Amino acid sequence: MKNLKATEPQSHRELSGRVKSFPFLALCLCGSVAFLLLHLFAFADAQEASPLRWGGDAEGGAPYLLPNPKNPREIIGFEIDLMNAIGKQLNRKSVFVQNQWDGLIPGLQRGNYDLAVNGIEITDDRKQQVNFSIPYYVCGEQLSVRVGENAINSLADLKGKIAGTLKASLAQRILEREGGMEIRSYENQNNAYDDLAIGRLDAVLMDWPIAVYYAKPNPKLKFTGPSIERMEYGIAVRKEDAELLKQVNDALLALVKSGELRRIYEKWGIWNAETDQLFAKFSSASQPGQVYEEFTQNITKKLTWRERLERYKSYLPPLLLIGAPMTLLISILGMAVAIVIGLMVALIYLYAPQPLSWLARAYVELFRGTPLLIQLYLIFYGLPNIGIRLSPLVAAVVGLGLNYAAYEAENYRAGIEAIPRGQMEAALSLGMTRAQSLRYVIVPQAMRLVIPPVTNDFIALFKDSSIVSVITMVELTKVYGQLASTYYDYIGVGVMTAAIYFLMGLPFVRLARWAEKRLATDQRVAVTAKKRWLGVGAKPAEG
Amino acid sequence: MSALISVDNLRKNYGAVTALCGISFDVEVSELTAIIGPSGCGKSTLLRCLNGLELFDGGSVRIGEITLDRNNGLSPRDFNARLRQLREEAGMVFQSFNLFPHLTALENATLAPMVVKKIDRKAAEPKARELLKKVGLGDRMDYYPSQLSGGQQQRAAIARALAMEPKVMLYDEPTSALDPSLVGEVLSIMRKLDDEGMTQIVVTHEMRFAREVADKILVLSDGELIESDSPDVIFTSPRDERTRNFLRSFL
Repeated sequence: MKNLKATEPQSHRELSGRVKSFPFLALCLCGSVAFLLLHLFAFADAQEASPLRWGGDAEGGAPYLLPNPKNPREIIGFEIDLMNAIGKQLNRKSVFVQNQWDGLIPGLQRGNYDLAVNGIEITDDRKQQVNFSIPYYVCGEQLSVRVGENAINSLADLKGKIAGTLKASLAQRILEREGGMEIRSYENQNNAYDDLAIGRLDAVLMDWPIAVYYAKPNPKLKFTGPSIERMEYGIAVRKEDAELLKQVNDALLALVKSGELRRIYEKWGIWNAETDQLFAKFSSASQPGQVYEEFTQNITKKLTWRERLERYKSYLPPLLLIGAPMTLLISILGMAVAIVIGLMVALIYLYAPQPLSWLARAYVELFRGTPLLIQLYLIFYGLPNIGIRLSPLVAAVVGLGLNYAAYEAENYRAGIEAIPRGQMEAALSLGMTRAQSLRYVIVPQAMRLVIPPVTNDFIALFKDSSIVSVITMVELTKVYGQLASTYYDYIGVGVMTAAIYFLMGLPFVRLARWAEKRLATDQRVAVTAKKRWLGVGAKPAEG
Repeated sequence: MSALISVDNLRKNYGAVTALCGISFDVEVSELTAIIGPSGCGKSTLLRCLNGLELFDGGSVRIGEITLDRNNGLSPRDFNARLRQLREEAGMVFQSFNLFPHLTALENATLAPMVVKKIDRKAAEPKARELLKKVGLGDRMDYYPSQLSGGQQQRAAIARALAMEPKVMLYDEPTSALDPSLVGEVLSIMRKLDDEGMTQIVVTHEMRFAREVADKILVLSDGELIESDSPDVIFTSPRDERTRNFLRSFL
């Protein structure tokens, strides 16, 4: 079974900080809403009456699910063809929903989609959580070695050697069971085969279709031995959806009978004896499928500079139109939440009576001291257990917001404590309440002080936002992963993605510098009482 | 007629240290009262007790109708409300000005009336402008504190306090942080207010000012009110040995 590549970026974090005032927030919110609308608009036409929604991870790569090399905004794969065919049988439109591979079953159970289809092996463990359709494909594990390596022909020959495979896969379990060798686990098939080609590994064991797509086309590698063990891929359905399960099984049977399923597998070049047996048909693998040819050509052929540029150009639409707006939206909304909650927490911490201030402190320690990744999992997959079901976008914003609020609270606290005592005394001596003194005198001054650390945090959050791909959000880093694994081009896509993050962050850095200057009471050049920047001025009584 | 302000048996401790031990005095309307005494004698503490910036341990303070009493059985909420009433009656000027640095001189003087008295900006601004003109800052209203000299900042702080129309002005060493050449401009504002009949209480080391302008001088030593009399008496024939020693240090 293949595994996914889901490298989580470490949540790195610098100081902390907090930002600004209401007009700035308003600006951010307007921007976010605009993005949101844009987004909704872009996806609006995908909705239709009762579509057949199914989850998979397009980062897994060929031949299962992958962005179309010719048009990366389109997801293709034999499973897309399979589900389109099933959709046609059921008279429902097949709609693919991107979801981190590890989270496919949890996502199914929380109702993000109705079926999970992505090389999911039917196992007893999984059967306790979900029901499976009849198998739609069968294959084994394939051992690959370097061309010229003749000593390794079976698992037994691996004694004392180094073998690579995908993390948490059936292949890994097989290798562990065999024992006697050093096992290296990879997030991504490309990296494993690469290491095999350059001699870091002596052999690689992976699902046969993956080997067909990633090892076979490589002139430095070859298959060795027969396929090992046998696994069946099934379509996962929630336990309670018995009716849907029956419909899916009927559709599969019809597709087997009509030969449609075989045509799909042949087109993708993955028709094999095991599946043949399963389908009780007689012919064996015929010619390499047409899609197979195209794909392997694509990743093996040497590109001219011109072609390379063309290819880089083709990365732009998915990166800029799908990834970047989502990253911006999540970051800006997340930061807005962090700033508002952070300020409240800081004020409670500093000024509220005992039990409350203790809670504020506990909040800070808890959210700061536990991994963002786990917080997101709990919010997205855990909360539904108590009846709170957040959409992925809301969960992402809430998760990032709550986490960063802990850091922002500390920034505010530092800022507020840095304001001389005399300021509070002067405000109180004029008859203001403590709350009024904070609102009009202390907090506005503290805000200016903390602009630099808050900007820091925003940039950190901006990059941390890539972590939300674990709760099915397709943002910039996720798009990067999909493209990189499709084209096998980590450097080109990586540099472009990093540049996009950098360029998107710049305007915010400039804005913060500008605000800082504007608010710096000690540099202000004479003037105009009318400009109460950012509304901090004093606008109390009226209204 | 009863006095505008009366302080009765005021006591204050910092832990085991006694800061004020049973101070009592009255201040009549329009009087300027100077509080003098060696450093650490409790003058600032006394002044800060008058508007509740320091809470005292015993006795009471009354300004006009408002009485603050340590053991009056008020709920914390009512007590805070009482504190604010008292503060509205007493304008406070600090040694280090404590102007709000993020607001212009004009905004400093309109903030409290707008926030506390809910006066609308249209009404608060003309009044604040008038007060700033009065303290000689007619051409500096839109400047931020950092753009003003120390003397100008202190005058702006006086205007800010006056904007709340207090019954009494309290000054805590208002000229101690100023360059000697700027002291005069602040004292002259206080003289002007005295001429207009404002009631003022000043903690100061400016003996010449106290002698010329004060109606009454309170001399504190070690938290004790050792002498209270007219400037003539205090400066020419003090009764207490400690007063004589203190004044001698200024000669």
